[in-house]
Amino acid sequence: MKLAYWMYAGPAHIGTLRIASSFRNVHAIMHAPLGDDYFNVMRSMLERERNFTPVTASIVDRNVLAQGSQEKVVNNILRKDREENPDLIILTPTCTSSILQEDLANFVDRAQIDMKGDVMLADVNHYRYNELQAADKTLHQVIKFYLEKDKKQGELPQRKTEKPSVNIIGMSTLGFHNKHDCTELKRLMKDLGIEINEVIPEGASVHDLKNLPKAWFNLVPYRELGLIVAQYLQEEFGTPYVDITPMGVLETARCIRKIQQVINEQGANVDFEKNIREQTLHVSQAAWFSRSIDCQNLTGKKAVVFGDNTHAAAMTKILTLEMGINVVLAGTYCKYDEKWFTEQVSKYCDQVLISDDNAEIGDAIALLEPSAIFGTQMERHIGKRLGIPCGVISSPIHIQNFPIGYKPFCGYEGTNQITDLIYNSFTLGMEAHLLEIFGGHDTKEVITKRISTNSNLDWNKEAQAELNKIPSFVRNKVQCNTEKFAREHKFSTITLEVMYAAKESVEA
Amino acid sequence: MTATHKPTALQFDCETGNYHTFCPISCVAWLYQKIEDSFFLVIGTKTCGYFLQNAMGVMIFAEPRYAMAELEEGDISAQLKDYEELKRLCLQIKRDRNPSVIVWIGTCTTEIIQMDLEGLAPKLEEEISIPIITARANGLDYAFTQGEDTVLAAMAHKCPKEREKEERSAIPKLLNFGRKKENVTQDNSEYIDHPSLVLFGSLPDPVVTNLTLELKKQGVRISGWLPSKHYTELPVINEGYYVSGVSPFLSRTATTLIRRRKCKLISAPFPIGPDGTRAWIEKICSVFNIETKGLEEREAKIWENLEDYIKLIRGKSVFFMGDNLLEISLARFLISCGMTCPEIGIPYMDKLYQKAELDLLEKTCKKMGVPIPKIVEKPDNYNQIKRIYELKPDLVITGMAHANPLEARGINTKWSVEFTFAQIHGFTNARDILELVTRPLRRNNNLKELGWEKLVKEEANV
Repeated sequence: MKLAYWMYAGPAHIGTLRIASSFRNVHAIMHAPLGDDYFNVMRSMLERERNFTPVTASIVDRNVLAQGSQEKVVNNILRKDREENPDLIILTPTCTSSILQEDLANFVDRAQIDMKGDVMLADVNHYRYNELQAADKTLHQVIKFYLEKDKKQGELPQRKTEKPSVNIIGMSTLGFHNKHDCTELKRLMKDLGIEINEVIPEGASVHDLKNLPKAWFNLVPYRELGLIVAQYLQEEFGTPYVDITPMGVLETARCIRKIQQVINEQGANVDFEKNIREQTLHVSQAAWFSRSIDCQNLTGKKAVVFGDNTHAAAMTKILTLEMGINVVLAGTYCKYDEKWFTEQVSKYCDQVLISDDNAEIGDAIALLEPSAIFGTQMERHIGKRLGIPCGVISSPIHIQNFPIGYKPFCGYEGTNQITDLIYNSFTLGMEAHLLEIFGGHDTKEVITKRISTNSNLDWNKEAQAELNKIPSFVRNKVQCNTEKFAREHKFSTITLEVMYAAKESVEA
Repeated sequence: MTATHKPTALQFDCETGNYHTFCPISCVAWLYQKIEDSFFLVIGTKTCGYFLQNAMGVMIFAEPRYAMAELEEGDISAQLKDYEELKRLCLQIKRDRNPSVIVWIGTCTTEIIQMDLEGLAPKLEEEISIPIITARANGLDYAFTQGEDTVLAAMAHKCPKEREKEERSAIPKLLNFGRKKENVTQDNSEYIDHPSLVLFGSLPDPVVTNLTLELKKQGVRISGWLPSKHYTELPVINEGYYVSGVSPFLSRTATTLIRRRKCKLISAPFPIGPDGTRAWIEKICSVFNIETKGLEEREAKIWENLEDYIKLIRGKSVFFMGDNLLEISLARFLISCGMTCPEIGIPYMDKLYQKAELDLLEKTCKKMGVPIPKIVEKPDNYNQIKRIYELKPDLVITGMAHANPLEARGINTKWSVEFTFAQIHGFTNARDILELVTRPLRRNNNLKELGWEKLVKEEANV
């Protein structure tokens, strides 16, 4: 047992559901008790999704506990098959069904007989994997299922595309700035004259998966999602993959050079050096920024970085190599992949922290007193408490991290966005610090927000106590309205009764 | 069911139970704020933790007095000893927070692996000398607000009887020493002599004060609330006390108070909306043979002041998808406001505990001359959405999973969870209910010229 207030990565089924709901016309059925379908709330709220989230629950209740699901799961699968005609239904186990040990695979086999679409059981153990690992595994499972099926039916295309082309693997729903990254990467590929073959899983149809082998190579921008698929495609079809995250000027260039090498090996004969140079010096403002006076002021400033593997590693390199900032601590909560992270960042920071315990991270930050933090929403709150500014660079995230405006982290526009994020975090911190030294913008304390302060009204003790219970952001309004009401009705003392009467009246 | 044969009577339906609602463990979010010296320990898995973290949003960061005891594989396969593990965590909580009570929330997982929390609690309680309350607020048995019901039912057992209370209150007595005696006697004269009354249901403190004052006007004294602001101030509950619930989802608590504490339940409509509040007060007064004074005028005055909101919804229809058990009371109030309601979805319907409320609903429909709504227990969201497309209600009260998709299809929605967090009880807060209900309609009035109602592409017909 572990005492936990906060977790960085969600439970396994969330990962599976993210994959299922990223595909077009794929439905997930969770074998779960009432209330476990809050994934729908997250998707509907955070992504402001206009469509119904294609996830339903086959409810586990007392009866299921006593007698097993029996026909219930099968019936729910068949029902969904009829109602919405999905191409694929993914039966998703949860922590509850993990311990019930029902033979879900058998339900799937039975349902398949009577179905128009396909059905599969997501093969993830709740107690062994977290959200990120589960997403990775589920994506692999779906791809493998369809490629093997298509192969058996002889439907796999035999040849590569005529021009160099790429599959972008790992774009998914509820991923950090995934939508914007996807657009930016497509743009980047277009600039390089590379065709987009398929993007998976976001927006993809399972019918198109048979086209995956047509691509010249696969691009896996995120460490957490897609690598297993890329490795599978390499083994099965010999498609090479590039897994360098194009985040930051240097890494984007490295990624592009790797792409150049990979396609030239297949006879493309391209040279991207001029392109990289042009983009670096003139399109992205990040290189110029690192030369400018602003960035000079950041030299040697202390920063802490924490997040998932992809973003924390990329950020650490950007801060150290591109801006001369001193990363005193770089950390990740992807404990299962810590070797990779340590390799990536240990040269670029003083200390590496691998942990998913938010208290440990909070303590480390408090001890190091950096000028800025780049982390998740949790670090943002740690920063708030300690008075240190924080730029959010990684999940877990809130609704404000799903901006409507175009904010990629990848590619050349991504470098501009990241520069703004870093600079704004530091200057805010500096400004606050200077204000403190000089005693603030306005040294006179404002006593009341109201214009008129000399009211002759007297609040009696109970009413005053009641007023103080009202949350501070509306207290002033309530006070104003109550006093207005009291004056109009000629009450000289405000009692509880007057307060309620004021609230009940229309004027208040 | 005989009721279905009479067209004028309430109709009850029961569907598949495939509906969206919050897990009942969400009750810790408001209960830890209400009971200020408590600590809630949810014994469950990552799934539970992730739900709380996401559902509670910002509150999670304010150093909450709740945490997960996250079960790991070793706990599930009984390789680790539950008692030792819980002791370790509870000692840590005691050291860090020093609460007056630790509430263990049992979850689906503890149910399935049959962890004997009720058995472990008394032993551990003795060993670490902090009271431990066990509530099984799991998604196998309950929905959303019923979580509070399980906690309060467990807490009812811990309410002191007269004798214990005197011992306990020795210190406050000491502190009150020298307080002017007139104050106390003067207080008493405002009340009519009646048997002790304890109210149950967790409400924000301002609402507690408000309802207490409302009853005081009729000369009714409330001797205590379950829950109280502090665990150490739980009310005395003796045999023969009268109790009354303030919320519709507290049927287990009511049952516990009747059966285990030998209390008498005043079954009344719930004080939601001016009509409900009046009926609630009248019922309590009638039990105590008190003639109410000024209630009719008070209600009329409130209605009058609501008119600006009511004219926005009069004649419009509302559809409750059902997820928090407040549905019957809210529907009854909105019908009173002149709305029609084709369907009330509700997770669970205790016809005994909600009897007075159901009667009032029926009466209200007759009075307003509108059809009686169909009450759908354990609704099926998929079917409901089909019915919504057919009925085209002016407002759908629903969970967040469906709200944005329905809005995108030009259907007005109000997020149902807001009703559980807003102050909706008593005469004073009727305005707040309507503020919530009319918000989408007012928003539409502001935006109606834009022609942007439907924002999804036409779906292909299957």
